[in-house]
Order: sequence, then C-alpha cells, then structure tokens
Amino acid sequence: MYQILKQIAITGIKTEAPPTTDESLRVVAQRLKAEVLAHFHGALAIRHVDAGSCNGCELEINALSNPYYNIEGLGIKFVASPRHADMLLVTGPVSRHMETALRRTYEATPDPKLVVALGDCGCTGGIFGESYASCGRVSNVIPVDVAVPGCPPAPYAIMQGILTAIIVAKT
Amino acid sequence: MRFEDLQIQVTQLPGAMPVWHGCVDADQWREACLHVRDAGGRLVALWGTDDTDRGAALCVHVALAWQSRLMVLSLPAAKGSYPDIAAIFPSANRMQRAVHDLLGLRADGAVDQRKWLRHAAWPENTFPLRRDFDDAATCTNGVDAYPFVKVEGEGVHEIPVGPVHAGTIEPGHFRFSVVGEGVLKLEERLGYKHKGIEKRFESMTLAQGARLAGRVSGDSTVAYAWAYAMAVEGVTGITPPPRALWLRALFLERERIGQHLWDLGYMGNDAGLAFGLAQFSRLREDMLRTNAALFGHRYLMDVICPGGVARDVDADGIDRIRHELKEIVKTVVTLRAIYIDHAGLQDRFVDCGRIRQDHAARLGLGGLAGRASGVACDLRAQIPSSPYDELGLNMVVRTGGDVAARATVRADEIVESLRLIERILSNLPSSDILIQTPDAPEYAFGVGWVEGWRGEVLIALETGAANRIRRCHPHDPSWQNWPLLERAVLGNIVPDFPLINKSFNLSYSGQDL
Ligand code: SF4
Repeated sequence: MYQILKQIAITGIKTEAPPTTDESLRVVAQRLKAEVLAHFHGALAIRHVDAGSCNGCELEINALSNPYYNIEGLGIKFVASPRHADMLLVTGPVSRHMETALRRTYEATPDPKLVVALGDCGCTGGIFGESYASCGRVSNVIPVDVAVPGCPPAPYAIMQGILTAIIVAKT
Repeated sequence: MRFEDLQIQVTQLPGAMPVWHGCVDADQWREACLHVRDAGGRLVALWGTDDTDRGAALCVHVALAWQSRLMVLSLPAAKGSYPDIAAIFPSANRMQRAVHDLLGLRADGAVDQRKWLRHAAWPENTFPLRRDFDDAATCTNGVDAYPFVKVEGEGVHEIPVGPVHAGTIEPGHFRFSVVGEGVLKLEERLGYKHKGIEKRFESMTLAQGARLAGRVSGDSTVAYAWAYAMAVEGVTGITPPPRALWLRALFLERERIGQHLWDLGYMGNDAGLAFGLAQFSRLREDMLRTNAALFGHRYLMDVICPGGVARDVDADGIDRIRHELKEIVKTVVTLRAIYIDHAGLQDRFVDCGRIRQDHAARLGLGGLAGRASGVACDLRAQIPSSPYDELGLNMVVRTGGDVAARATVRADEIVESLRLIERILSNLPSSDILIQTPDAPEYAFGVGWVEGWRGEVLIALETGAANRIRRCHPHDPSWQNWPLLERAVLGNIVPDFPLINKSFNLSYSGQDL
C-alpha cells in the first residue's frame, strides 16, 4: 500500500485541467463540461460500437480515459449497454457482417439519441471503401449527427466531435 | 536445394528473411507438414490463390517455420480440394475454413467443415477471392445460421455474448456453456469485421498497398508495414539503407512497449486495480505524444514505407527518447514490484486462464502468449534480420502459462525493448533513410516476416502487371492464438473471462480481414 501511495504522490495529477498551456484545448474541455451539464444534467452516456474498424480508432477512444484526458472527469461515461446511452460513437467502415448489429444497437438506444461517426472510415468508408463486405461510411447504415475525420482522430479531436454533436442536438 | 529427402525442389526467395519456395503434389504436401511438425517446426500461415486466369488452377499455400527458415509450399488444387493438415497442425482448422469461404477450396478429410469468415454477406457458392468474382454485384444479406457445438447435461446453460461487447473492444461472439459459474466450453465466432481487405489489395498498386497493410490491425501497424515493405523489397530486389532498418527496429520496439504498457494497465484494471491503468496509460500517452512530435503520428502509421522509412530522428529527438526511456524504466520497475506484491491482484492473476506448455507447443500457441507458456519462439532472436542480428535480443520466456505469466512476459519485454532502443540510439548508422523502389516484375512472389508485439506477422505478396498487387495475404498471429483462448478459460469462472481475454489481447480485425 505504501508503494502505491508513494507512486501516486510522485506521479501527481496529470489531468490537463483547463490549463494555460494550450488555449484552444482548454476551451474544448471547458465548453464540453458546460454543454454536458446544461443538456445532460451532468452525465452524458456514450455507447461505443466498433462496426468494422482496424482497431486504430479504439486505441484513441481508450486513450480518452487516461489521466491526461480523463474524460470521466468531464461527466462523460462509456456505458455497457445502448439502453443506457445518449450517444453512439461508431468506428470503422460498417462491415456487412456488422450491419445488423449496428442497426439493432441504434434501435435499442432510447430517443433522443446522437450518433458520432469516428475516423476516416466512419466518415467516408476510408481506405476500405465499399465492397462485397463493407457498407462504407456509417451514415450509409444509420443517421449520423457528427463525423470526425482522422486516421485515427486524436483524443482531443474526438472530444471536439462529442461537443459538436451536443450543439447540433440543441438546435 | 532439396527440402530434406522429400524430393521437393525449393528455391530461396530474395529478401531480408531466409524464405524458400517450392511446388508440391498432394502427397508431398502432407508429408512435408508431418516432417516439419516432427522436427519441431510450426505452421505460420495458410492461404489460397486463384491462378485460373493464367491457365493454372486454384492453389493453396502453406508457410512453415523449419530450422531457422521459412518454407512456403504451393499446391495446385485442380480438383478443388487438397489434403487436410489440421490433423497435423490444429491451428490450420480455421485457416482452411477461411480458404473455403473465400476461394471455394476444400480441405479433404478435415473434421470441421463449417464456414468461418462468411456470415450472411455473400452466398455459399460465391467466392470473393476468385478472379471472376464481381465485386459490384453485392449480394443481399441473408439469414446467418451457424452450427455451434451444443453442450448438454443437467444444469448446463448457454451464455451468448456479443458481437457488441460491454467495453471499448472489437466485435466478436462468444458462446459459453456453463454450470453455475464454471465454464464447460467456450466457442468463438469471429468474422464480424470482415471487410474484404484481401480483395481490396488487388485493386491497388504496390505503393498504395503499404497504407492498407498498416491498417490490417491498427495496433500492430508498424509490424505490418515492415512486413509489407520487406515483401515489396524482396520482389523488387532492393535493400533499404542501413539507417532505415535501424529506425524500423526503433519503431517496432516503441510499438511493442506502448502496447505492453497498455495491456498491463488494463489487466490491473480488470482485476480491480484502477491505479495500474492510470499509471501505465500515463506512460503510454507520453510515448504517443513523443511519437507524434518526432515522427508525425501517434501510432507511427505510414512511417515505414517500401524502400525505407519516411521519418528520421535528429540529435534532439534522440535526447528526448533517451530521457523518456529513463522515466519508463524507473516507473515500470516500480509498478512491476507493486503488481507482484499486491495480494488481490496476484489472487486473480495466478493460475487463471492457464495454457500448459505441452498444450501450447502441440496446439501452436505463438508470440508473447506462447512465450508465457514456455514456447521459446521469437524471430528477433532466432532468425534475426538486420538490425536484430547486431542488437542481440535476450528472449523472455516463462512457463507458468497463466495470466500472471503473460503479465510478467510483458513487463520483462518492456525492459528488454528499452535496452534494445538504447543500443539502437547509440549505434544508429548514418545513411539515407529511403531509396526508390524500382519497377517490379510481373508474377513475382515475396514474403515479409516480422515479430510484432503480439507475435509473428507475415505478408505474402504476388505482383501483377504495372506494379500492381495481384494477391496479398496478411497473416496475423491471432489466427493461431484465438483457439487457445477457448481452452484457456476452461474450468475458470465466467467473470474471469474479460481478464483472461485481455491477457491475450488478440486482434479481431487482423483475423477477420
Ligand atoms: S480511420 Fe484509420 S484508424 Fe480508424 S478504423 Fe479507419 S483505418 Fe483504422
């Protein structure tokens, strides 16, 4: 226990709390919190669906939970079931084999719901495109509110996408 | 040269790794596999091609690691079938079924003839990798029925999980047959992410293919990009400048460290120690930021290209990496000790999800999971291509075969990779980092073979006219290890599955293709 506490003390707090180091990032983090609080009463619940990615986009979604981004600290939580979710975060081109599962997940998510498509693949089908095995972009299968490009998009870009989706929902 | 006394004529392919290629008939096909297995060799990959447009047949190929070299044997299967080798190498089972789904070639005598990669996206008698397959005519989604193995008996019930899972992981279906909480059987169903990668390659030039190769399994982008580049360099007969090769090793070891840090964090987290995830994922984020600052991409995608590498490192960059290494070594050593001393963690890790050494060897467990079960295989040590021949890897091997052993192998490999990186940085040769790739001859065959963080990644590449890809088969080590995960959970309880699964951390995308 002593070693754990010592290591925690040595590490200190890494979360990039609205810092002065990077103005544009700070705005993202803070506005996100305000929007979340205003519209989701302190808790935005996201269900991630990998619809056929190369798994690169998942690396960055997972990175959102590391101490630097600490996405849960902003009131955003990844949940285990679409029935608990306000938003679907969808990665990959949609493989034909995931098409049904994605549709069902969408239907299982209660209204009002938001969809953010992630990565070049989610936006356009990316390098995999459309084929006998791939439906291409996410919006070919379910309605999409916001699409975040990048291969994979960096964690801040993903946070920005989530924020944009919340604003779209307001109007 | 002759392949032993089997009367098989094989010739060495140009390239960085010792790869030999020969054509066989059906009898030699089986005999060669038996011979390699009995001599302690292993199955690396199995795939098919369609050469009917060249007046030849459908063809099946097997890559066997045997006595410090790779033997690629090709069998023209005029009658649409070839002798089963799953009875010799159990890991061939799913590969053979995938060859049937994609090309319509059957393994004669195979016990398991169920489909594997095909769900409902294309009909049973249509084969996407055939030359005459019309990609524009997409097939309508049908109903997908898969004959799972039924376990029956008093008190047995089934728990189906997925394809969409509770966490941020890739999709796949797991069917547990349980009594109470104990697992009697686990059956995996994969293929959900099949997005036609191999067909896609065939629409690309050799240069374009590099990007796609780096996206077969994003978490192993460096290993794939290197293997692909190696294959292209083989068919075009070039050797990248020495500095490029040393930088590739730097990238590969950084990828390994990054993934191992991540897995160690998540294994701690899945066993209830969130502290571990916070600590390890912080170190990893530091590395990703260094990657972005020095090499332009957090995961080093597209940094390796045929002919060399796209990014160099200067003296300041080397200083930054050195500084970071010191921090990682110090922290990993501390965290490793904390993990080992943590009674709650060890209670979950030790004896959990065990693969015994004899099973691992017989069933073909590979890569880091293999090394945690006493299978001492690592290309970097056994068949080192430049610069590993000069770096001298100390292979990490443990025999426990449980979650604890897989955690230890990771922690020790991090320390070893950090040592390699220090050697790379102090001995980095000065030269160009990229040379031009000349035109490739048509119908040339090349192989790339690289020890990624998960295990050995193989790329088998055949050229078409005008520098185009005629066929490219990427092989992920997950093919070999997925079936062993089914075995690892036997006798464990269902709630331990996420931890066991994480301790393997296999690629869905890499095997679904
Ligand atoms: S956008 Fe890039 S990283 Fe994301 S799934 Fe597609 S290829 Fe992979």
